[in-house]
Amino acid sequence: MTYTRRDALVVGASGIALLAATRVAFAVTGEEAIAEFTGGAAAGEGGITIKAPEIAENGNVVPVEVDAPGAAEIMLVAPANPSARLTSMKFGPASGAQRISTRIRLAKTQDVTAVARMADGSFIMTSQPVKVTVGGCGG
Amino acid sequence: MADAKPRVKVPKTANAGEPITIKTLISHVMESGLRKDKKTGDLIPQQIINRFTCDFNGENVVDMTLSGGVSANPYVEFDAMIDAAGEFKFTWYDDDGSVYEASKSIELA
Amino acid sequence: MRIRAMKTTALTAAMMLGLGQSALAEPDLDARLVVNEELEITTITAAPAHLEGALEQIASGWHYRGETTRAMQADDFENPAMAFVDQGLAAWDTVDGSEGKSCASCHGDIEESMAGVRAVLPKINPANGELWSMEDYINDCRTNRMGAEAWNWDKGPMKTMTAAIAVQSRGMPVDVAIDGDAAPYWEQGKEMYYTRTGLLQLSCASCHEENHGNYIRADHLSQGHINGFPVFRMKQSNLVSMHNRFFGCVRDTRAQSYAKGGPEFHALELYVASRGNGLSIEAPSVRN
Repeated sequence: MTYTRRDALVVGASGIALLAATRVAFAVTGEEAIAEFTGGAAAGEGGITIKAPEIAENGNVVPVEVDAPGAAEIMLVAPANPSARLTSMKFGPASGAQRISTRIRLAKTQDVTAVARMADGSFIMTSQPVKVTVGGCGG
Repeated sequence: MADAKPRVKVPKTANAGEPITIKTLISHVMESGLRKDKKTGDLIPQQIINRFTCDFNGENVVDMTLSGGVSANPYVEFDAMIDAAGEFKFTWYDDDGSVYEASKSIELA
Repeated sequence: MRIRAMKTTALTAAMMLGLGQSALAEPDLDARLVVNEELEITTITAAPAHLEGALEQIASGWHYRGETTRAMQADDFENPAMAFVDQGLAAWDTVDGSEGKSCASCHGDIEESMAGVRAVLPKINPANGELWSMEDYINDCRTNRMGAEAWNWDKGPMKTMTAAIAVQSRGMPVDVAIDGDAAPYWEQGKEMYYTRTGLLQLSCASCHEENHGNYIRADHLSQGHINGFPVFRMKQSNLVSMHNRFFGCVRDTRAQSYAKGGPEFHALELYVASRGNGLSIEAPSVRN
């Protein structure tokens, strides 16, 4: 059925036509976003966790939570999105924990990546693979 | 967008020095700038909430920058810690210059 | 493909199994929905008598969604649809039209006046014997009593208002009448439900009665109840109305679809609602 095959090639939800081949002028890649955040410094492992569904029901609304105790700032990156830098959160003096929970758009299956800048200026990083499914019937 | 309405959940009371969870939701289309108008084929210009801040009694809790990669109707959940009774102020900044605000008071338990 | 010969087995073969993930293989029928830690929602119950055994039990579409999606409905501060409900609540208090009235001017507090309304719609309007949906009542008030313009059936202002009204019945059982003057509409809707149409020769029953729990591409087929409408569909990241969904489903069988707000979808709305009699109104729900 041509309908099914054609749609199988369309990644992501139809509500957001993220054209994989299109790079918008201001878009950054995953590497660029991370390098900008760390100033080129290497990021270590451990001390940062990502909670995200193994399979995102819909690429438009993917709940993600990042926890990095002691961080000064956390950044979330989706390397396979047209523009990889998703969001970053700085924690001020009145913050109660270094944790952010939000919902992101994922253009396709990829490793969602989180980088944290610690209070002492060092960086830690982790990533979590999230599968993004093509939906079912339209409507 | 004139009809961006925030929804904020803050506990009514909290112990000093104990983390509390705050949930925020605001309706906003978060137009990424990557979608095309079906009729004209032109790109629909970006219009997103690009920044969200929360302050307590004038002190910053969180300062968040958002992109078109954040889902429409941005949901943001985070933790704060209070040392006295007071007021939380939440501010969302729209690309078009609009600023949306909400505030919630809290007492010490 | 021989369209005439397409039967359920061929339909099943035509559906690609999603990713073969065992985690999503079955709807989680043991999950329970409690909203705001206090409101219990009936999401599974005995099938109504008129189904005559077509379904063993009825289950809300909530069960067919993934864990993180289901969790979004448990807290009104996490449910993205509630941001739209807030818009509808604001509109309730907003004066509109030549008569200088808002909904509140006549109906007062929405929580009191609209409790239970969603649960019995669509219904026969005794004044004219017609089958009316919530949208009909809203536009009737606007044009005849507020001196305001009718709202488009499927645009923002109407959808947010139906959401604000629907949530006032949340937790109450769906209870639409199918007898008396409603009977002919119900029969019409029932016939539509079971009639195969379109190039794909699918009826509503082909998917929602015969294949609920199976996958259609990567989506989990539900029983097709409408107790959760208007829903926040993640695909559109927006509220979606019942007639909008009907329209899309019929179009996707590659048939000429019907008008939103037209007689066919009114009848179908009544019939589909009745299949869910006993489930709680769950609006506004979150679906794919």
